[in-house]
Amino acid sequence: MHTKSIAQISPLFRSDSTPSSRSVTLRFDDRPITAPAGVSVAAALLLNGAEPFRTTPVTSAPRAPYCMMGVCFDCLVEIDGTPNRQACLTPIREGMVVRRQQGASALASQKEGEDHGR
Amino acid sequence: MQAEELIVVGGGVVGAAIAYGAARAGVYVTLLDQGDIAHRASRGNFGLAWVQGKGVGLPCYARWTRDAVKFLPALAKELFELTGVDVALSQPGGFWVGFNDAEMVAREEMLRKLNTTVGNIPYEMLDHTALKARLPAIGPAVAGGSYCPLDGHTNPLKLLHALHAGLTAHGARVVSGVDIAHVSYRGKSNDFEVKSASGQSWRAPRIVLAAGLGNKDLAAQVGLHAPVSPNRGQVLITERLKPFLDYPVNKVRQTNEGSVQLGYSVEDVGLNDGTTVSAIEWIARRAVATFPVLSNVRLVRAWGALRVMTPDGFPIYQESASCPGAFVATSHSGITLAGAHAYVIGPWMAGLGAPPDDLNEYAGERFLDPTRSFSNAH
Amino acid sequence: MDADIVDLVIVGAGPAGLAAACEARKWGVGVTLLDEQPATGGQIYRGVDSASANRRSVLGEDYAAGTELTSAFSRSGARHIADAAVWNVGSDLKVNYLHRGANRVLQARYIILASGAMERPFPIPGWTLPGVMGAGAAQILFKSAGALPNEPVVLAGCGPLLYLLASQYLEAGVTLKAVVHTTQPRDYLRASSHLAGALRGWRDLRKGVRMLGNLRRNHVPIYAGAEALAIQGTDRAEAICFSHKGQSHRIESSLVLLHQGVVPNTQLSWSLRAKHRWNDDQLCWVPETDEYGQIEETGIFIAGDSRGIVGAKASASQGRLAAIAIAGKLGRLRGEERVGHESTVRAQLQSQLHIRPFLDALYRPPAEHRIPPADPVIVCRCEEVTAGQIRKYAELGCQGPNQTKAFGRCGMGPCQGRLCGLTVTEIIAQTRGVRPDVVGYYRIRPPIKPVTLGELAG
Repeated sequence: MHTKSIAQISPLFRSDSTPSSRSVTLRFDDRPITAPAGVSVAAALLLNGAEPFRTTPVTSAPRAPYCMMGVCFDCLVEIDGTPNRQACLTPIREGMVVRRQQGASALASQKEGEDHGR
Repeated sequence: MQAEELIVVGGGVVGAAIAYGAARAGVYVTLLDQGDIAHRASRGNFGLAWVQGKGVGLPCYARWTRDAVKFLPALAKELFELTGVDVALSQPGGFWVGFNDAEMVAREEMLRKLNTTVGNIPYEMLDHTALKARLPAIGPAVAGGSYCPLDGHTNPLKLLHALHAGLTAHGARVVSGVDIAHVSYRGKSNDFEVKSASGQSWRAPRIVLAAGLGNKDLAAQVGLHAPVSPNRGQVLITERLKPFLDYPVNKVRQTNEGSVQLGYSVEDVGLNDGTTVSAIEWIARRAVATFPVLSNVRLVRAWGALRVMTPDGFPIYQESASCPGAFVATSHSGITLAGAHAYVIGPWMAGLGAPPDDLNEYAGERFLDPTRSFSNAH
Repeated sequence: MDADIVDLVIVGAGPAGLAAACEARKWGVGVTLLDEQPATGGQIYRGVDSASANRRSVLGEDYAAGTELTSAFSRSGARHIADAAVWNVGSDLKVNYLHRGANRVLQARYIILASGAMERPFPIPGWTLPGVMGAGAAQILFKSAGALPNEPVVLAGCGPLLYLLASQYLEAGVTLKAVVHTTQPRDYLRASSHLAGALRGWRDLRKGVRMLGNLRRNHVPIYAGAEALAIQGTDRAEAICFSHKGQSHRIESSLVLLHQGVVPNTQLSWSLRAKHRWNDDQLCWVPETDEYGQIEETGIFIAGDSRGIVGAKASASQGRLAAIAIAGKLGRLRGEERVGHESTVRAQLQSQLHIRPFLDALYRPPAEHRIPPADPVIVCRCEEVTAGQIRKYAELGCQGPNQTKAFGRCGMGPCQGRLCGLTVTEIIAQTRGVRPDVVGYYRIRPPIKPVTLGELAG
């Protein structure tokens, strides 16, 4: 699957916030992004054109938020090392590290390269 | 009404495997199955194809189990070629884990005795260090375990689906959504009439009762004694994970889809297939003690399934003496024994093959013996 | 862990839950209200307490009026546990929830479930592509984050929320590329038999008429009576296709907002094994309760949209009625005072329900957008099971969704059937030629929200 970078596609959403309102900087796949304080990770990513949020475990299909209220589970991303978190239910924090999720989530130790009986 | 050759009552993994085996051997089979909300022990099955620890107190059952798992690769291959459904069979050997020395000692004693009595059921006892060398993710609270190279696991839902598709491919007829209430023997014509609660009926010279908990009532109608009762097992399943565990452990296995299945309770609560918060929490604690890496993994669903238990936990395979041609089959290890049910029990009950060894040990009348007491703790 | 005992535990901080809490507190009932969000308001009044004047003006006076409920609640003396994910409600009246990583439990004497509604799934080709979202989802984005579409956007489907969002976007200066709606002459005809009720709910009717007028005055391209909606795109939405007056149309857009009404959130009621019946006017499952919302004699009540779609005001009235019943059971509200008060709230509820049959009839989602005619359309988003696969399992003998789930995994993903359940029930019903009531629904089990093994282990 070819994912166009942020530079080529403009974000689907823009913010109505004024320049004076507080903004937060977080990272998405090693890129710094900013969004208004208090918004959800899903909103922050959509405001910055970060889709797809993940690829599915079954066919690696690209997905992004659908319901924005926590029932569709399509907005799953890795937040601060924990995979499979619903971005629409998680408020952003300064310095948060968000990563796109490819397929099924990996256990923390798998990412460090440990073998568990394979 | 039509004249059938063999009617199988019950489309769970026991009935479906027997029906498959009979259909494969050339018999015209009609499988009668309940609907969407049947108790369906098969949908609650953990998926283990397990040998170690089976048959304590009944050596022939340990042999039966040991030999049964050898049939599984052929069955899996055959079903895949016939139906395209991959049952995800994997037999790399399996582990039992223990959390204290007393458990370990008892386990070793039990396995040693089984292997001495029956033979050819290899096992290895492993202390914590040895176990950790094989399963690096094992947690510090685990005292050790036992390994048996004959153990494995499969996807129980896929197996059920494959058997159903396989039966149909072999020309069997599957009738869904029927609740069989009456079975009667018409001695003069040497056949049986099977009637549903809604009044439909079928006739055949041979019938197999594989109706799980329903067997108790149906068996009695044809002179068989099958005192089965429900035993609830609660099971948890997690979100999908990248593969991290290739060996099944007695209460933890990673499915071929990546989700981790965790078990299980053993409860006597009648027909209640609900879940309890206490069992869910207990299973979670045990899972995290076994593999601490699972701590951050999400539970997606918990369920209760009603195992079909005989008083001693061993199967009943029997032909009725007063109504010859009527058979009863019940076992709570429908996955482990699926190959034996298909290749031995099916043809035997269809009149085309020899019965299993030590058939008399599996008769239902054993439960009527006042001098014996039974326990089905496994 | 010891369970605290509470008179009344309420799950959900939308209009039904908030109104129930305020009512119960009036009669001295101890209330703890749990909700997943950090602030009260549910989805309809989401973010209302922190919304800027500009945002409140865009969203309209109905939205802004939500502060009456949220502020009454904060003054009521009810205990509010925010950021709480309720993962189990037991028939023993225990409520298990996750709060900031800790697994907790409350023991209630009575429970009101007020989980509200969710958007009806819209299973058409391409609906899983990035850039396709619910219109309600987009509205939540605005309410909770002030996010507006960057480029001209297409709204498609049917239902009041579609026009409401379109109006709100116009107010906010967003360009609408098109509104593609599926309402046909036969829908107006069906609805006309409920006109009397609609006229009694004339304020709601007037609102709808005004919204449509607004769209026309702003020259928004409206395609009425559209059929065969489909989204095109490879890795993301690129265009919406549909047929209109016999012609095929293709409108390019990387953001397509779909909506065809809302349906009750029934995970908790199903998990309690409450009886549900299929409501053919609203095309969804509705839990069976008495006139106060109680499930049999369980002590568990359901109020608001999760008991059948009734709208925000009626949800609040239902919340009040449940609270009145509970206050009565606890001996805090008796005799004539109770009778008088209850009849006032019932009369309010009645008037708030006048418009409903008309709306249900007018905005009935077409079968082709509920039951995909094309086999490759994904029905279960989580496990990517298609309509064709479900039909095949039904033809193989699967009688209902639990069997199709066992055969094909649909309904086994993280959403646990929320986005596929209605579709699967209807596909099986159509394939078997029986009513959805006969087919049944998924067996819903805990946890209702995901909880980690570590959190459960304690």
